[in-house]
Amino acid sequence: MRPQFKILSDELVEKIIVEGFELLQDPGVRVHNSEALDLLAEAGADVDFDSQIAYIPRDIVERALETAPSDFQLYDLNGEPVVQYGGDNVQFDPGSAAITVLDSETKEQRAPVTDDFVKLVKLVETLPQIDAQSTALICTDVPEEIGDLYRLYLALNFMRKPIVTGAFRKDTWWTMKDLLVAVAGGEKELAERPIAIFDVCPSPPLLWSDLTCQNMIDCARHGIPSELVSMPLAGATAPVTIAAAVVQHTAECMSGVTICQLAQEGAPIVWGGSPAAFDMREGTTPMGAVGTWMIDAAYTEVGKALCLPTHAYLGMSDAKVVDAQCGLESAGGALVAALVGVNMVSGAGMMDFESCQSYEKLVIDAEIIGMAKRLVAGVEARDEPIALDLMRSLGHRADYLGQLHTAKWFSKEQYIPSDVIDRGSLDAWKKKGAKTAWERAQDRVAALLATYEPSPVSDDLRSELRTITQKAAESFGMDELPPLPKA
Amino acid sequence: MANEILTKITRSLVECEPDKTETLTKDALDAGTEPLEIINEGLVPGMEIVGQKFQAGEYFLPQMVIAANAMQQAMGLLEPELHARNQVSESAGTVVIGTVKGDIHEIGKSLVATMLSAHGFRVHDVGVDVDAQTFVDKVKETGANLLGLSALLTTTMTAQREVIQAFEEAGIRDQVKVLVGGAPVTEEWAETIGADGYAEDVIGAVDLSKRLVG
Repeated sequence: MRPQFKILSDELVEKIIVEGFELLQDPGVRVHNSEALDLLAEAGADVDFDSQIAYIPRDIVERALETAPSDFQLYDLNGEPVVQYGGDNVQFDPGSAAITVLDSETKEQRAPVTDDFVKLVKLVETLPQIDAQSTALICTDVPEEIGDLYRLYLALNFMRKPIVTGAFRKDTWWTMKDLLVAVAGGEKELAERPIAIFDVCPSPPLLWSDLTCQNMIDCARHGIPSELVSMPLAGATAPVTIAAAVVQHTAECMSGVTICQLAQEGAPIVWGGSPAAFDMREGTTPMGAVGTWMIDAAYTEVGKALCLPTHAYLGMSDAKVVDAQCGLESAGGALVAALVGVNMVSGAGMMDFESCQSYEKLVIDAEIIGMAKRLVAGVEARDEPIALDLMRSLGHRADYLGQLHTAKWFSKEQYIPSDVIDRGSLDAWKKKGAKTAWERAQDRVAALLATYEPSPVSDDLRSELRTITQKAAESFGMDELPPLPKA
Repeated sequence: MANEILTKITRSLVECEPDKTETLTKDALDAGTEPLEIINEGLVPGMEIVGQKFQAGEYFLPQMVIAANAMQQAMGLLEPELHARNQVSESAGTVVIGTVKGDIHEIGKSLVATMLSAHGFRVHDVGVDVDAQTFVDKVKETGANLLGLSALLTTTMTAQREVIQAFEEAGIRDQVKVLVGGAPVTEEWAETIGADGYAEDVIGAVDLSKRLVG
């Protein structure tokens, strides 16, 4: 049995959904995108084109919620369906779009460059606990205008796992699509076996910016999945109560699903978000706050009630160094996400709210994720009878270590961590240099990177990807892309 | 033919199939393979691979213990054959091992005993809650050159010192190298009570034993 964790009563879920429908009719949703406004008007919504507000009747939203698929898959570069959106499947990817990287030597945040992101992509490939890549760092050695597509270009050269990504502009989305099409071998192939999903973010409260709305429409029309990242900031850009913040989240996501389905019926879209319980002392957006986890858990339940795949930004920390706060916040969020059954949990490696990526934190988080996945795999009988035959055959002897039963089951029953987690004796720990978790994580990063195996991307494809990216770079004044790091 | 069976014996240890190890050992004997050949070219290479996999982090304690038990079982079949030929298997040393008086913790001690045995030591396991005199008597009886003393509690580790004193009083302290182990035991403690060595885990204990008497 999968352990169950529910944070909302069925009655409260129902009330939240009803109020979500109501919000879309009054005060309506602001849509700063003309194509989306046209789509909504055509479908029968009352649209005020001057104020760019759409008042969407419930039946239009309900139809969209029905045509949106309840599950779909992402494929790796070998064509294997390795990520399953839908049901209670729980998968993890690194928190995306960090603006700094935590330097392993100085332990200080600095601006990331090409080498940093490539190192992160390689590390993610080697971590079995992490299910997907993400365009997790914004490289500062290329023009800002191509920051989004350049990350995808780099990742596609080094990854096998599918990738969670996103565009920062309307025009760059098309270049990113071209990169993905090149790797998939055609537009049809990409739609049939998507290797990427795009985050699309409404702005709280109840606003679709031109950029993100267009990205969502373009994804839908190309059969590329998109992931709603609604981010009510409870007490600041959204009501402070958890249930009310979730009502806002519900309305924003409902409007996203509606626009997406009007653009292309049946297009895959995920009910996701990155909310936070606003910190009333510091005025910040804590990702490690229990209130934040509760909003995430609650909206995930709403998404499941509507039979949609789910996503959340969880498993992050607000700490500035990889310390005790960092561990406890990341573990708490990841466990909640796993127990609720969030399909894609973005956040591994991320700290300082959503600002910074750390290699060391990523390998520690991988252990948290391993434990969380083990927890939700639950307890099984394994044998029938469960213990009688075995225990009677041994009588009162304590010889279980040498039993075939033990060899058969121990690695399924126990999550076995890497050396990042210390479980040796005090003396053994001292002999290994009395290392802290940070130092063990540093060792692990180096050991894992040594095992990285190059991706199956051919030289021809690599040069095609470079040509596409180079063209985009030139249009923003960069004549030569930074050299691609070695595989 | 003989080589093929020996390779299968090795593989049966590595793949944790103790029943196969036993059957194959019988088959090898029936086929006329020399017992020493079965040990040196079938069993020992298997244990070596298992040990390497353990140290590489690929194998865990259960695989080690199962392989060691399978090796012991096979040795039970081979010993009478060796005896009949007036041969002895190469021995790394003879060990008397037990948990000291007042302490009934068994797992650590048994693990070390099993592993020493799998690595070619003749092991005499005297059990748990063992008084000093029993250790002295057993060493005299077996001519052991290695003594292993286990204690899991801070309150019982002092008994390790008493056993060493008993060996001094019996005048046979020089006959054995004394290994101490257990959760509260440290290098420093081993030195304080005049033991010859201490290891923090089972692999360390095997290595140390080989160094001391091998």
